[in-house]
Amino acid sequence: MRNRQAIALLALVGLFVALYLWLHQIGVGGELKCGTGGCETVQASPWAQQFGIPVAFYGVVGYAAILTVALVGVQPAWLERRGPTLLIAALATGGVLFSAWLTYLELFVIHAICRWCVTSAVIITVIWLVTLAGLRRKGGLAERG
Amino acid sequence: MKRFYLMLGVLTLALGAMLVYLLKTNPSAPRAANQAPPTVVDDGFRGYTMGSDTAPVEVTEYGDFECPACAGFAVIQMPTIKEQLIATGKVRWRYRDYPLPMHPYSRLAAHAAQCAGEQGKFWEMHDQLFMNHSWAQTGKNPTGLFRDLARAAGVDVGRYDACLQSGKYSARIEFSRQEGEQRLVNGTPTFFINGTMYAGRNNSDAFKAAIDSAAAARRR
Repeated sequence: MRNRQAIALLALVGLFVALYLWLHQIGVGGELKCGTGGCETVQASPWAQQFGIPVAFYGVVGYAAILTVALVGVQPAWLERRGPTLLIAALATGGVLFSAWLTYLELFVIHAICRWCVTSAVIITVIWLVTLAGLRRKGGLAERG
Repeated sequence: MKRFYLMLGVLTLALGAMLVYLLKTNPSAPRAANQAPPTVVDDGFRGYTMGSDTAPVEVTEYGDFECPACAGFAVIQMPTIKEQLIATGKVRWRYRDYPLPMHPYSRLAAHAAQCAGEQGKFWEMHDQLFMNHSWAQTGKNPTGLFRDLARAAGVDVGRYDACLQSGKYSARIEFSRQEGEQRLVNGTPTFFINGTMYAGRNNSDAFKAAIDSAAAARRR
């Protein structure tokens, strides 16, 4: 259970980061708070949109899905079932691959680093690792905590 | 389990408050830098130049950083022009601001370039503004992006910020626009080759021919 609780809390933070980037991309608020990073450069690049949709919106949807599955997974009826962990693993794997591609673009194509994007990449990677740990434990059954 | 829901609730509230704070701050572009000044004074400045002072031909470009045609010219044609005409000493290139009224951030962009220019980085900022031109299509306040671009151009951002906030070059930009208006500039980019308005096509081959012709005319 602790495993899925940790994932829910991490997904909530990730959801906040993605929501901030998405709201900025659709014109809500002023400039991004980014310190010395290149958030605006990354957000204004052609790669900040995929298929006409802001990239951050995919993050909002992904984190919201992980959060929902994790919250369902901590309910007593679902605690012993493997399904939620498998679904989170699938979502997190997609998220890690997508983040890796975006980080590659930042480093080698756009030549600017967005701290918020890096934060999101770290969060999804930690979610992925925690999920893998959950899958290995007792054949993927959620640990009672 | 109760502790988990308590943590979830506290975290949601904290993140929500942080989100509101982050979105509320600093929503507008520096006003003084993004508008025409009440009075225009000639400070003697006639635009940044690139190329040899002894080049037989001078091209003056009246441009608007928010104009897509200017960006297209800077990105596609300018590299060849730089290599074949400017670097070889045939041409000196002069850039003059001609911010068009329908572009909400072109004065801000021109001001950003002037602020980079006072640190010796005008052409670097010029290139950054045109190479990363998607800002001109979004309609969003590009102030933060311009700061990133200035940093990428090698500008001291602290001095750049102070310059932009002061709006100290808005009169210079407006003077340049009025000068263009007097020279019958009615769109961007508009070019003058040795003082004569260029009416040819905006590609490097056409420029090469026009410049060769202007150099030959000067020799005669």
